[in-house]
Amino acid sequence: MNRIRNSLPALGVIAALLAAWWGTIVATQSLIFPTPWGVVTGAIELLADGTLWRHIGASLLRVGTGFALAVCIAVPLGLWMGWVRGAYNTLNPIFQMLRPISPIAWIPIAILWFGVGDASPIYLIFISSVFPMIVQTTVGVHTIDKRYLRAAENFGVSRATLFTQVVIPAVLPQVLVGMRIGLGVAWLVVVAAEMIALRSGLGYMIMDSRNAGNRYDLVIAGMIIIGVIGLSLDSTMRRLERIRWVRWRYAQ
Amino acid sequence: MHSKIEVRSLNKSFESDQGRLVVIEDVSFTVRDGETVAIIGPSGCGKTTLMNMIAGFIRPDAGAIVIDGVPRLKPDPRGILITQHGSVFPWLTVRENLMFGLNGHAPRNKAEIADHYAAIVGLKGFESSYPHELSGGMLKRAELARALVVKPEVLYMDEPFSALDALMSLRVRNELLRILAEERHTVMLITHDVEEAIHVADRILVLSPRPARIQAAFDVPFPHPRRLTSAPAQELRVAILRELGVDHYGG
Repeated sequence: MNRIRNSLPALGVIAALLAAWWGTIVATQSLIFPTPWGVVTGAIELLADGTLWRHIGASLLRVGTGFALAVCIAVPLGLWMGWVRGAYNTLNPIFQMLRPISPIAWIPIAILWFGVGDASPIYLIFISSVFPMIVQTTVGVHTIDKRYLRAAENFGVSRATLFTQVVIPAVLPQVLVGMRIGLGVAWLVVVAAEMIALRSGLGYMIMDSRNAGNRYDLVIAGMIIIGVIGLSLDSTMRRLERIRWVRWRYAQ
Repeated sequence: MHSKIEVRSLNKSFESDQGRLVVIEDVSFTVRDGETVAIIGPSGCGKTTLMNMIAGFIRPDAGAIVIDGVPRLKPDPRGILITQHGSVFPWLTVRENLMFGLNGHAPRNKAEIADHYAAIVGLKGFESSYPHELSGGMLKRAELARALVVKPEVLYMDEPFSALDALMSLRVRNELLRILAEERHTVMLITHDVEEAIHVADRILVLSPRPARIQAAFDVPFPHPRRLTSAPAQELRVAILRELGVDHYGG
């Protein structure tokens, strides 16, 4: 009940925006810009012939692959940089310099190296999500409370125990934060990347709808679907905060 | 009883903006095997620094800590440090915390030993709980149990009870005394609470304000269980407070 009441204002704003949109289209009698209902019928049309699912599947697969690769690289690398001072001093300046480069700026190089197949957007997703995850993991190691490391030192445990029972569990919540950021960026980037090079995916669908006959109803339908999928990816990541390995961080 | 811990003219200073800050100045004392020694002093006098040096976490500028005749250079499981804020790992259950320090035992055996010590400190039934599910007093017991599990010869306790409320502090202290009566650890307790010191210690050392030096030493000859309201205990309390520069009657 409370949840419904809390979301009422947001729903109200959305309803007001839709009404304003609809009213404007009716008043201006625009021929190109669709009404909300036009967007709905456009989306149904795409659903019916199956192309929407194909595009969503293609985008998700690219994000999944690039993101998984980034996690596999970023987490061990971040742990290493967090733990070994020399590794941090050597690699951090390079990463800090690469990090602010927009993934969009990588597109020409990605095409040069990987062509216009799936590898290009996967590479772009990788490059955009790997740095935030490295940074978060490294910060996670650096901010482990010293009293826990001291306790581990006091008990004289092996390096393996120190890592598996203290360092990794202590860092895991920060890794999760990094993954949330990384996945958000990945989703942002895949759509942008698909707009330029490929023949499938939601980004391609948007550009193709515009190029092939100014189908702005499909453009807007695509945008809304991107938003909804992005939101559900993020809430999936948020749900991970409840698993037992990281719950301690949020329970205090 | 031979001397377990020998602290030989420790000195420690830190660099600060105002220049060199001498924290510990020529502190020497010994602790006998099985003895409980409380160190009491005004806040900020360097008690924690002293404890961290004795437990092996900080190197002194000069002087030595000799344990069982061997100079101590770094921390080891024969002496476990328990601090005010505690270091029970929040990501491990009580049982996993207690098993943490048990090297070289079979997994099955580890869990048994851990559960045994959980029961000793009154945490039976909470072995699978996470620290955030425990109260402050239970957390302290868990920390104490984790220390006891590795059978340390010395317990270094740095204001272990000061984050607890008065009632809980008294309870955990009683618990500690009960365990000490059975296991005969050597204990060094740092506190700012005179009553706590009289409650648990065999001997009380009073530190001066910074730089910390040993200003006075008191024997606590009362048998356990102690009645802190008895006349001799109250006299001792007044004497220690006077040493700390506080007149009990508000003078």
